[in-house]
Amino acid sequence: MAITRVARVGAIAAISALALTACSTAAPEGPAAGGDCAPSDGPVTLTFTSWLPGVEEAVAIWNEENPDIQVEVQTGPNGNGGTYQNFFNQLAAGNAPDLGQIEFDAMPNFRVQDGLENIAACEGILEAEELFVPWTWSQVTFGEENAVYAIPQDTGPMAMFYRADLFEENGIAVPTTWEEYEAAAAQIRELGGYINNFSQSDINAFAGLVWQTGGQWFSNDADGWSVNLTGPETTQVAEYWQGLIDNDLVAVYPPWTDEWNAAYNSSEIWTWVSAVWGANTIASGAPDTAGNWAVAPMPQWEAGASAAGNWGGSTTAVLKGSDHPYEAAQFALWLNTDADALTAMNRTANIYPATIEGGSLPAFGEGLEFYGGQNIYEVFAEAGNNVDPNFTWGPTMTQVYNDVADGFSAAVSGNGTLLDALTAGQASTIAALKAASIPVKE
Amino acid sequence: MTVTTETRALRTQGARVKPSRDGGIRESAISRAVAMAVMIVATLYFLTPLWWLFVASTKTRQEFTTTNPLWFSDFALFDNIAALIQYRDGVFLQWLANSALYAGVGAALATLIAAMAGYAIAKYSFRGRETFFNVILGGILVPATALALPLFLLFSQAGATNTIWAVLLPSLVSPFGVYLSRIYAAASVPDEIIEAARIDGAGEVRTFFTVATRLMAPALVTIFLFQFVAIWNNFFLPLIMLRDEGLFPVTLGLYVWNTQVSQIPDIRALVVIGSLLSIIPLIVTFLALQRFWQSGLANGGLK
Repeated sequence: MAITRVARVGAIAAISALALTACSTAAPEGPAAGGDCAPSDGPVTLTFTSWLPGVEEAVAIWNEENPDIQVEVQTGPNGNGGTYQNFFNQLAAGNAPDLGQIEFDAMPNFRVQDGLENIAACEGILEAEELFVPWTWSQVTFGEENAVYAIPQDTGPMAMFYRADLFEENGIAVPTTWEEYEAAAAQIRELGGYINNFSQSDINAFAGLVWQTGGQWFSNDADGWSVNLTGPETTQVAEYWQGLIDNDLVAVYPPWTDEWNAAYNSSEIWTWVSAVWGANTIASGAPDTAGNWAVAPMPQWEAGASAAGNWGGSTTAVLKGSDHPYEAAQFALWLNTDADALTAMNRTANIYPATIEGGSLPAFGEGLEFYGGQNIYEVFAEAGNNVDPNFTWGPTMTQVYNDVADGFSAAVSGNGTLLDALTAGQASTIAALKAASIPVKE
Repeated sequence: MTVTTETRALRTQGARVKPSRDGGIRESAISRAVAMAVMIVATLYFLTPLWWLFVASTKTRQEFTTTNPLWFSDFALFDNIAALIQYRDGVFLQWLANSALYAGVGAALATLIAAMAGYAIAKYSFRGRETFFNVILGGILVPATALALPLFLLFSQAGATNTIWAVLLPSLVSPFGVYLSRIYAAASVPDEIIEAARIDGAGEVRTFFTVATRLMAPALVTIFLFQFVAIWNNFFLPLIMLRDEGLFPVTLGLYVWNTQVSQIPDIRALVVIGSLLSIIPLIVTFLALQRFWQSGLANGGLK
C-alpha cells in the first residue's frame, strides 16, 4: 500500500502539465438519462461525505446488514464551512464521493452546476415520495418530471419557544398573531426585557419568516431565474421587524455568541421563533432557565391561520460521476427512512427526520424536562405539515446570505433599514447570477 | 554609492542625539513612560484572549455561559480534558499526533532542503545562479492559499488526496528558508574553512553536513521554527486535501467540531479546551528553541 502511494506521489510532477489542461476542460459530462440505474456486479464500496456528528453509528448498521455494499464515511466541516467548496473541487477533479450531505438551500447550486445524479430511475426511489413531508420532496425534485436528485434527511420546521413562567407571572397572554406579538413586546419592554433577539446574520431564519408569509425569493422556468427579494410578503416581514428594532422592542445581540446565550440565560429575552433543532441550543445555552420554557406555534399574520416556516434541513445526494448510483441511492433511501438509522442520527446529532413517520419515533414521543414536561415535538410535527411546499431556493444562496447579512448588520446599528439591505441584496444577487453565467430574468 | 550616503545621513542624525553621562544614548523619561504604556496595553490586548481561553477551559459546561467570562468559578480543567480525550474514542489525541507529525517531520525536512539549496547558491558558482535564486524568491510572493486549489487538482490526478503525503509534501518547500540560508551561509561560512575541509579530504557532502550546518545552526533553527509554526497553523491545505477524520491535524479537527455546534451545542466546550491544548506544543517548541534563535539573530547583527 505504502509503495503504491509513494509511486503515485512520484508521478505528480510528471502529471502536473496534464492537470493544468484538465482543470480548464473538466466540465461534468451530460446528465445521465433518467432511464438506466442498474445494480453493479459484485461488492462495492461507497464513499459518503457528511458533517453529522456520529453518522458513523447509523452507517455501521447498514454495513452490518449489507456486506456487499459497504459505505465509508468521510468527514468535513458543515456545508458552507468548506464542504460544498470541496465537493465542487472534487467534481472538477472528477473524484467526488458517491454520496454527500447537502442542505436544501444549497441544492439548486449543485443542480445548476450539474453536480447531482438523477436517481429517479433507481428502484424504489420514485415510490418513496409518499414517505416524506411533501415540501421536502419538492425540494429534491425541483418540480422536474421523472427527477429525484437527493433523498431528504432532516428538516427545521419553525415554532415559538417562549418563557411560559414569565408570561404567566406577568399576566401577559402568549401571542398567537404577529399583532399580539408586537403588543406583548411593548409590555415586556416595560418590564425591562425583550421579547426576542433580531438575528442580523441568520438570514435563513429571516427567510423562514418570509416562507411562512408566502413569499418567494426565487423561481425558475425554461427562460431562467427570477429573483424577488423585495416582494410584498418580504416587505411585510421586513417592515414588521424594522418597527420592532426602531422601537427598541427586540434585542440585537450577535446570534450564537456567549452574550446571546447569556441574555437568554438571564431571562432578558423571553421568546425565540426558531426551528426544531433550536430546542438543544436553548437547553445548552441557558441552563439556569430549565423547566420554564414551552413551545407554541409561530405567531400568524391572520388569527386562526396555521402557516409555518422552515429553517434548515439537509439531504443525502448522489454526486455526479458516482460509479454506483444504484447502490448509493439505496443507501441514501435507507439512511433517511429506516427507523434504526433515524433513531441513531437523532441520538448523535439531534436530527429531526424529513419522513412523515419520523416524527413518531420513540425519541420524539416523550415530554422534555427542560420544557416543563411538554412534548414539544407534537408542535413541530404539526408545523412541518404546515410548511408551504412551493418555496424555492436560488443557486447562489451563500452569496445572498452574506450580502443581505452585511445590510442587516448595518440596519440594526441604525444605518439604513432591513428593506434597504434586501434591495441591495436583490441587485447583487442578479449580478452574481450573471457573473456565474446563469440565465436571469429582470 | 547609496550605502555611503546613507551612512553619512545616519551619522549626522546620530550627532543630534545627546550622549548620556555613561556614554550610552538616553531617552527622556516621558518617551520611556509612553513606550511602556503602549507596550503594556499591547501586551494586555494580546494576552486577554489567551486568558479567556484558559479561564473558559477550567469551567464546567453549565458555568460557561452563566459566569463571568474572565474569572474562574469551579475548577473543572481536568474533567474537561478527560471529556475531550474520551470524546469519539480519543480522536483529539490522534489529531495532535498528526499535527506533530506534519509539523515536526515537515519542518525538519523543509529546513534540510532549504539549507542545502541556500548553501549551494551561496557557495558554488554555476550558470543561472541568480535567475534560479530570483525564481525561488518569487515563490515567497505567492500566498499558500492561492496554491491550495492547483495542488488539489495535481494530487487528485495522482490519486494522492486524502493521504499523509497530500499535506506533508507541499510543506517541504520553503522559499523563505532558501533565502535565509543563502544570506546566512554567505555571511557565516567562510570560504577558507570550506577550502580547509577540502584539503583535509572531506567530500562536498561531508563538508556540508559536518562543517557548514554547524556554522549555519542559528539560521537553521529559525527556518525550522518558522516552518513548524506555519505547518502547525496551516488550515486551508488540509481542509481541501483531507476527508478522513483520522488524518486531520488539530486545527482542522477543531474547526470541524466548531461547525457542528448547531447540531450538538455541547461540543463548544470541547472546542475551547481543545484550542487551549493545541497551542501548548507551539509554546513549548518556541521556548525550547528560543535560546538558539535569539543568539543567532544577535550574531548575525554583529557580524
